[in-house]
Amino acid sequence: SGLNHYAISLQEDLNKKMLDGLLEFVKKSAASFWCRDDDWMSRMRASEIPTAALVLGVNMPDHTITFESMTELLHDSLTPFVASVQAKECTAMKQLMQKVLQRLMGTNVMVDEDEAEADLGFHTRDCPQKRVNCSLSALCDWYQSATKKSPVKSPRKRLSSSQSEFLQSPPVVVIFRDLEAFSPQVLQDFILVCSQYVHQLPLVFIFGIATSPSTIQRMLPHSVSSLLCIELFQSLSCTQHLATIIDKLFLTSKFHFKFSAKVLQVLVGIFLYHDFSVCNFIKGLQLSLLEHFHSQPLSVLCCHKQEALVHAQQLNDRDVERIQQLPSFMRYVEEQVPEEQVQLLTSSEHVKGVCQKLLKSLHKYHKNFYPALRCLHVLTSILPKYPLGKQIRELYVLCLEKKVWETQEYDSAMQLIRMLAKDELVTCLQKCVEILTFCKSKKLKKYTLYASTIKCINHLHHPYSSFNYSFQTLLEMKECRRTRRKTPYEILRNAVVDYIDNLVKTHLYPPESQPLYEVWYYSSSGTVRRHLNATPRTSIQTALSHPYCYLQNDSGIISSAAPDICIIYKLHLECGRLINLYDWLEAYATVATAAEGKDPSAIEGGKVDELKHARFIRAVSELEFLGFVKSTKQKTDHVARLTWGGC
Amino acid sequence: MPDQLEHLPRLTHLLPCREAQIKTLLLLLGEPEHYSYPSIFIYGHRASGKSHVTLTLLKELKMPHVVVNCVECVSLGLLFEHVLLSLFGSSHTSLPRGPSLSDFVRLYRQLCSEDPAKQTRYIVLDHAELLRDMSANLLPGFLRLQELVEDNVTVIFLSEIVWDKFRPNTGCFEPLLLHFPDYSKVELQQILAQDSCPSYSPELYSSYISILLGVFYSVCRDLRELRHLAALNFPKFCEPLEKGEAKESDAHKLWRNIEPHLKKAMQTVYLREVSSVQWEEQQQKEEKEVGELRGLSAYTHVELPYYSKFLLIAAYLASYNPARTDRRFFLKNHGRIKKTNFLKKHEKTSNHLLGPKPFPLDRLLAIFYSVVDSRVAPTASIFSQISSLVTLQLLTQVGHDDQLDSPKYKCAVSLGFVRAIASDDLHQHALRWTADHRTLHLRHHPVGSHPTSCCLWVRCGPRAAVWEPVCVQRRGIPRQPPALDQPQLCVDCAPAWHWLR
Repeated sequence: SGLNHYAISLQEDLNKKMLDGLLEFVKKSAASFWCRDDDWMSRMRASEIPTAALVLGVNMPDHTITFESMTELLHDSLTPFVASVQAKECTAMKQLMQKVLQRLMGTNVMVDEDEAEADLGFHTRDCPQKRVNCSLSALCDWYQSATKKSPVKSPRKRLSSSQSEFLQSPPVVVIFRDLEAFSPQVLQDFILVCSQYVHQLPLVFIFGIATSPSTIQRMLPHSVSSLLCIELFQSLSCTQHLATIIDKLFLTSKFHFKFSAKVLQVLVGIFLYHDFSVCNFIKGLQLSLLEHFHSQPLSVLCCHKQEALVHAQQLNDRDVERIQQLPSFMRYVEEQVPEEQVQLLTSSEHVKGVCQKLLKSLHKYHKNFYPALRCLHVLTSILPKYPLGKQIRELYVLCLEKKVWETQEYDSAMQLIRMLAKDELVTCLQKCVEILTFCKSKKLKKYTLYASTIKCINHLHHPYSSFNYSFQTLLEMKECRRTRRKTPYEILRNAVVDYIDNLVKTHLYPPESQPLYEVWYYSSSGTVRRHLNATPRTSIQTALSHPYCYLQNDSGIISSAAPDICIIYKLHLECGRLINLYDWLEAYATVATAAEGKDPSAIEGGKVDELKHARFIRAVSELEFLGFVKSTKQKTDHVARLTWGGC
Repeated sequence: MPDQLEHLPRLTHLLPCREAQIKTLLLLLGEPEHYSYPSIFIYGHRASGKSHVTLTLLKELKMPHVVVNCVECVSLGLLFEHVLLSLFGSSHTSLPRGPSLSDFVRLYRQLCSEDPAKQTRYIVLDHAELLRDMSANLLPGFLRLQELVEDNVTVIFLSEIVWDKFRPNTGCFEPLLLHFPDYSKVELQQILAQDSCPSYSPELYSSYISILLGVFYSVCRDLRELRHLAALNFPKFCEPLEKGEAKESDAHKLWRNIEPHLKKAMQTVYLREVSSVQWEEQQQKEEKEVGELRGLSAYTHVELPYYSKFLLIAAYLASYNPARTDRRFFLKNHGRIKKTNFLKKHEKTSNHLLGPKPFPLDRLLAIFYSVVDSRVAPTASIFSQISSLVTLQLLTQVGHDDQLDSPKYKCAVSLGFVRAIASDDLHQHALRWTADHRTLHLRHHPVGSHPTSCCLWVRCGPRAAVWEPVCVQRRGIPRQPPALDQPQLCVDCAPAWHWLR
C-alpha cells in the first residue's frame, strides 16, 4: 500500500535538513583543502582534519537508514570516495585500515599474516596484481592515480552523461558509524596516522554519535582531538520524529487504515519505553497492515471511496454474512425500525446498499474528525498542566477510546479555556482557522463552521481594537468584572467555547460508534504485542509447564504423556537452590513409571532402569542448556538452580 | 674543532634553541664512513623538536636514511618492507608472508652484500613505544641491528616515553640516551617570533607572541598548538590597527583588546570545544550578532527510553550501594537493623570516592523491578536495552568468562549524569536509595525522611530544620518545598552537595 512507501519516504525527508548541512560542510572543507594557498595564515595554522560530529540519538536501529541515505547522497553529489565503518568490524587498527582501504579502493587489501593466508589461493588466481599494501601511503598513491584520470566518474552514474559533476579532487570521506563502540586506542592511532597525510589526501571524517558530543572528549585525549576540526550536527529528536510520523500517517483522512486506541498505545509504548526507534515503529505498522488485510476479509472495503463502493457492490454472500455479524453493524441494526431490521437481516442486496451508504458516512466522519481533533488540540495544548495531553497523539488516543467530552479532564480543559486571555485565544483561533481552511474539501456544513469561526475572530478583534485606546478603559473593564457584569469579550469567549464544545460533540465521536468501523480499524493489540515485544522467558516457562499450548495435539498423533523435560522442570520447581541429582532421578523415575501406567512402587530395589536413567540425563542437560540449572562445585552430586520461585 | 661540527652554525640557524642537542647528535653520528653507535634513543615531550631535529640533520648532511612511523605499521611486514624499500630501493623484495625479524635480517644481509654501505645508514623509528606491543624480539633485534646484519647501520628511536619503560629484559643492548628538554618560555618566544606575518613588523608580532604566551604558557607548552593559536588569533589582534584605532606602538591598547579574547580562546578553541573554523567565522562577525557558540561539552544531555533510564538508575544503585543493603532498601518488611553498626567501618568512606563495583545481571534486574513503579514484563526488549546501554558505553561489561550464565556489569556514568536523567521526569524518586551513609543517617531523622523526596532534599533536611535547604538559600534560588506527589531534584546546587559531603 501507499502508506508503507509514504512512511519510508517521510523518514528520509526528516533527515534531509541535517544531511544538507552535512553535505555543505563536506563541500566546504573539500574546497578549503584545495585553495589552501601560500598565505601566511594557512601556512601557520596546524592542518586539522575536518570532522563532522553527527548526534543521532540513542535509537541505534534507525541509524542505518540515515547512514545509507547519507552515503548515497555523498556518492551522488560530491565524491565517489566514501568508506563507512562499524566498530564491530574494527577491533584493531589493522582491520580498520583494511576496511577503510577496501571500501575506498574497491579492491582486496593485503594485510599479510593469518587471515590473508586463508584466502590466498583464490585471490591470487583472481587478481594478483590488485593486492595493495595496507597503508595510507598506498591509499595516497591510489588517490593520485585515481584523480588524475579526470574527470572522476561516479561509479553509480557511469552511464549518465553528467560526468564532470565532482570537484577536480573529491574529498575522501570516512564514516565512523558508532563512535562509542570503537576502541579509543584504535581511533586515536588512526587519527594520528591520518593527520600525517592530511596534506596529500583531502580527508573528511564523520562521527556518528548516539549519546552526546562530549563522548569525543572522553575518548580522545587532547593531543589527538587537537588534530581534528570538529563541527556539530544534530538530528531531530526521535520524539519529534514520531510525532511527525503519527501526524502524517494517522491524523489524516488520506490513508484509510487506522489503529485502534489499544494498538496505538502498544506501539507508542514500545517506542517510548523501550527503543526510541522509528524504524521499529514502522515495522510495527507494517506488521499490523499485514495482519489486518490477512485476517479481516472485509478489509477489501478499506480503500478509496470509489473503489470501496465498487467492492461493496461485488460482495459475495459470505462477506455479506460477515458484515451482518460485525458488532458495529448489529448495533446499527438494532437502532432501526422493525421493518428495516428484517430487511437488513434477510436481503443481501439491501445490505449492500446500506453498506455503501455506511461507507460513505464513514469517509465523511473521518474527514471531519481530524480537523476537529486538531482544533481541540490547538486550544488545549497551551493550557497549564495539559489536561488533555501535550502531544496530539495523547488526545487522539483519548478520543479513540471514549467520548472525550464525558471525561473530567475535558471539563477542566474547557473551564481553563474560558479563562484564557484575549491574545492567547485569538492566536489559537487563528491557528484553528488555518487548519480548517487547509481542509478545503469540506462540505457546506464545514464551511459555515469556518465562517462562523472567522466571524468570532472578527468580533473579537473589533472590540479589542477599541479597548486598546487607553489603559484607562482596561481598568474600567476590570472594574466591570468585579461587579460581575460580563464584558463583551467574555460574552464572546463563552460563545466561542460553546461553539468549540459543540464542534467536539458533533465530530469527535469515538470510531466504535460508527457502523462498519472494523473495516478500517485494526484492533488486535495482543497480536502486535506478542510479535513485537516478545517475552522469551515466559514462553519457555509456558512451554515447560503447559506443553500442550505449543504441541496443539488435536490429531492425537503425539503421545499425551508429558515430555521428559517438562516432568524434570516441574520437579525442579519444588527444590531449593541446590538440587540433589539422585533424589531428582528417583522422583523422575516414579513419575515416569506412573505415566506408563505401571505401579510406581514396583521399581525393584530402588533400581532405576537404564533407559529411564538415560532419558533423565538427557532432560537434565536440556534444562541446563536452557539456563535453568548449572553444575556446581559446592556440593557433590548437586546442581544449582538459576531461577527463583516454586510452583 | 672536529670536522663534523663544521655544519653546526648552519644547523643551529635552521633549528633555533636546540644547539646542545644538535652538537651531541653530530658528535654521535661522526664521520659518514665510520661506523656509528648501533642505537640511539631520543626522548622528550610532544613538540620538543625530536623528529624535526633528527630529520633536518639527516637531510642536511645528506645521509642515507629511512623514517618509519610506527603508528602506521599495522603489521611487521609493512615495517620491514618500508625499510628495505627505502634503503635499497629494490623492487624485488621478496619478504615471505607474515615475516619475522630473522626473515628481515636475512634479506637485509642479502641485499647489503650486493650493495655494501659506503656511509652509515640510519633507520629512524618514530613513536617507538609502539614497538613494544608488536613482537617480543623486535625491540632487542633493532637495538642490535648493526651486529645482526654486519653493516654500517644505526637505528634511532624517537619516543615520548623514557627508556626505563622500554627495557625489554636483561641482556639487551643499551642504546645511547639523549633527552630533548621542553622549550623554556624564552625559547618558545624566540621560535614563535620567527614566523612573523609579512604585512606587519617583526617587533609587533614579537610583542603579540609575548602576550599570547602570557595567557597560554601556564596551560600549554606545545609549540605546534601555540603556533596554531597564534595564527588563529592574530587577525583579532590586528583589528584595531586595520581600523586605524591604534598604532603599532600603542602596546597597552592592543593588549587590552586582545587579552579577554585570548582568555576566551583558552576555554573554547584550545580545548577544541569549538572548531578552529567556527572560531574564525565567529571572529569575522560583529560582536552583537554572534550568538553564544556552545561548545561540545555543553551538550551532555542524553535522551533515553523510559525503561533504559530506570535500568541505568538501577545499575547506578547496584554499583554504588553495598549488596548487603539491598534488602533494607528494596524490601517492604526488612528486618530491623540497628543503625549504629549498620554500615561496616570500611563502608563509611563515601562509595562515590571508591568508584563503581561490578554487579551481576540478576541483581540489576531485581533492583530494576523494585525501582520501577509499574509491573514490567521481562520482555526481550528489556534485555536488549541492557546490551544497548553497553554499546553506548553507559554500562560496561566486566569479565568475559561465563557470559551466558551470569554476566557482570559496572555502571560507567557519574552521579551527575544519573541525576540529570532522573530529573527528566519523575524518575528521581528512584534515586532515593543512594546508600551514602550520611543519607542513611538522615533518612532516620524525622524531618529528613520525606517519603517521596529525592536524596538531596533529604540531605538538606536536618541541617535546615525545615524544608528550606541551606544550599538553595545560599544561592538565592527561590524554590518551593517539594509537594508530596511532585518531588523535585534540585539539580543546580552542586557546591552545596560538596559542602554537605
